Amino acid sequence: MFEAHKKIINTEKIAYWIFLVLGVMNVGFVLMICVYLLIAGTPAIVKVGPIDFLFGTTWASTAAQPKFGILPFILTSIYGTIGAIVIGLPLGFFSAVYLAKMASRKVKAVIEPMVDLLAGIPSVVYGFIGMLVLVPGIRALFGLPDGSGLLAAIIVLAIMILPSIIKVSITAIEAVPEEYTLGSLALGANKVETIFRVVVPAARSGISAAVVLGVGRAIGEAMAVMMVAGNAANMPDSLFQSVRFLTTAVASEMSYSSGLQREALFSIALVLFAFIMVINGILNMLLKKGIKR
Amino acid sequence: MSENNANAAAEGNIFTVSKFNLWYGDHHALHNINMDIKEHTITALIGPSGCGKSTFIRNLNRMNDLIPSTKLEGSILYNNEELVNSDIDVSKLRKEVGMVFQKPNPFPMSIYDNIAYGPRTHGVRNRAKLDNLVTESLKSAAIYEEVKDRMSSSALGLSGGQQQRLCIARALAVQPRVLLMDEPTSALDPISTGKIEELAMQLKEKYTIVIVTHNMQQALRISDYTAFFLLGDLVEFGPTEKIFTKPEDKRTEDYITGRFG
Ligand SMILES: Nc1ncnc2c1ncn2[C@@H]1O[C@H](COP(=O)(O)OP(=O)(O)OP(=O)(O)O)[C@@H](O)[C@H]1O
Ligand SMILES: [Mg+2]
Repeated sequence: MFEAHKKIINTEKIAYWIFLVLGVMNVGFVLMICVYLLIAGTPAIVKVGPIDFLFGTTWASTAAQPKFGILPFILTSIYGTIGAIVIGLPLGFFSAVYLAKMASRKVKAVIEPMVDLLAGIPSVVYGFIGMLVLVPGIRALFGLPDGSGLLAAIIVLAIMILPSIIKVSITAIEAVPEEYTLGSLALGANKVETIFRVVVPAARSGISAAVVLGVGRAIGEAMAVMMVAGNAANMPDSLFQSVRFLTTAVASEMSYSSGLQREALFSIALVLFAFIMVINGILNMLLKKGIKR
Repeated sequence: MSENNANAAAEGNIFTVSKFNLWYGDHHALHNINMDIKEHTITALIGPSGCGKSTFIRNLNRMNDLIPSTKLEGSILYNNEELVNSDIDVSKLRKEVGMVFQKPNPFPMSIYDNIAYGPRTHGVRNRAKLDNLVTESLKSAAIYEEVKDRMSSSALGLSGGQQQRLCIARALAVQPRVLLMDEPTSALDPISTGKIEELAMQLKEKYTIVIVTHNMQQALRISDYTAFFLLGDLVEFGPTEKIFTKPEDKRTEDYITGRFG
């Protein structure tokens, strides 16, 4: 009997150490990425000058007189993300309200797996469909020489962030206690009033988490936007402009870059990383607030 | 029909339930219920767990509409309007027949917004009118003094007993005629329970109250009429005093004397 007891203690100890090591490794990876990005990303910013780097409007990395201004990429990433949210949020939000509160069980059983599937499609496939359908569509609709550009990228991003917005919003809406719904209906409110005046406000922190998650997805996406955005380093001053995102700026030149150009690409990655850290910080704050309430 | 109505109204019955039956799927949950509920009275529904009290009370404001696969037969007249299987305006009905639940369920909003929710839903926009309704409702529910300095703080910060009175105030704010309460004090401490009982007896002047309770003393203290349910049957219904002193049915006597249930 004592033997068995001892054994349990031993396995517990071993498990404890294994999990500790794994946990430390995890933290280690994150720290390594941070440190490496800082080390690799700072020199170019110093050499070019932070103002010229962040706010320079021209990116000509391979010119005789190279210029390393990444404002076009920063603005493109910001506009692209905002655009994707502006389109994706209402679509995703109303889908979530419908699926969580209005759809019959049958309809839900059909649509929900499809949403999951949408989340699982590799981004290159989104890019591919965008190239084949969206880009020619935009070209024909607006009578342009080329349909690829900011608008195409925004639409692809909007569709790509839909599943996470829908899933997280559904979870938030379904977590609202049924008593609130009953209380509202018992006061003579109808179903729609109940949903929009009681259920949705009660789910708002979860829904804002969905938005931030969508923002994170959109700003970090590279492959799909690379295929539809045109990929020229222009300032994004029109929806049809051929543009480059922070992600695609790194991806498209990395393979052949060298010297200061390569260092500047690391700096872009650092800027992107900073954006994502801020977004994650906001997300964590919102989630904590949701739990507290 | 119209003569019938006139009679019902003349007798001061706000609900007239006749030959009412309800099924959940195959389960026959209420059998042939007949009951008249008089205006400005408190009617207590008592009986062991699962006998159909909540099922019955939910039919008085059509909250049973939310439960799928129920089947209804018979008649419930509210103010001479048929509630059973009819296509009346349930919003209007629920505005007149309010409900307070077992577990206090204030919305996660400010105290003010909780009370103003109902009136706003029914189209009251005028700020002064809303303010007035909120104050009056809180006063009627005997909670105004406790919350008047914190109207804009969250209702979830109130104690359970305060929350329940807030829910009563919220129901009163839409100016109902009837208040249905399904075990409103079962989650509360004795002092809060006492406050709600006292409140119910005051509210009777202006409203009609139907209350489900497992507490015999409570039924005896506050109600004018008592209905004893058992396994889906309405075994006995009559003036509370009579039910508790000279019950006609042996089963009623056994239940109120605590011999079963
Ligand atoms: N939504 C439902 N679907 C199916 N059956 C139900 C439903 N609600 C209640 N029932 C059944 O109907 C019967 C009466 O239930 P009801 O909730 O009305 O009892 P009650 O008298 O309110 O009990 P309690 O005192 O425990 O609240 C029970 O047998 C119960 O299982
Ligand atoms: Mg019940």
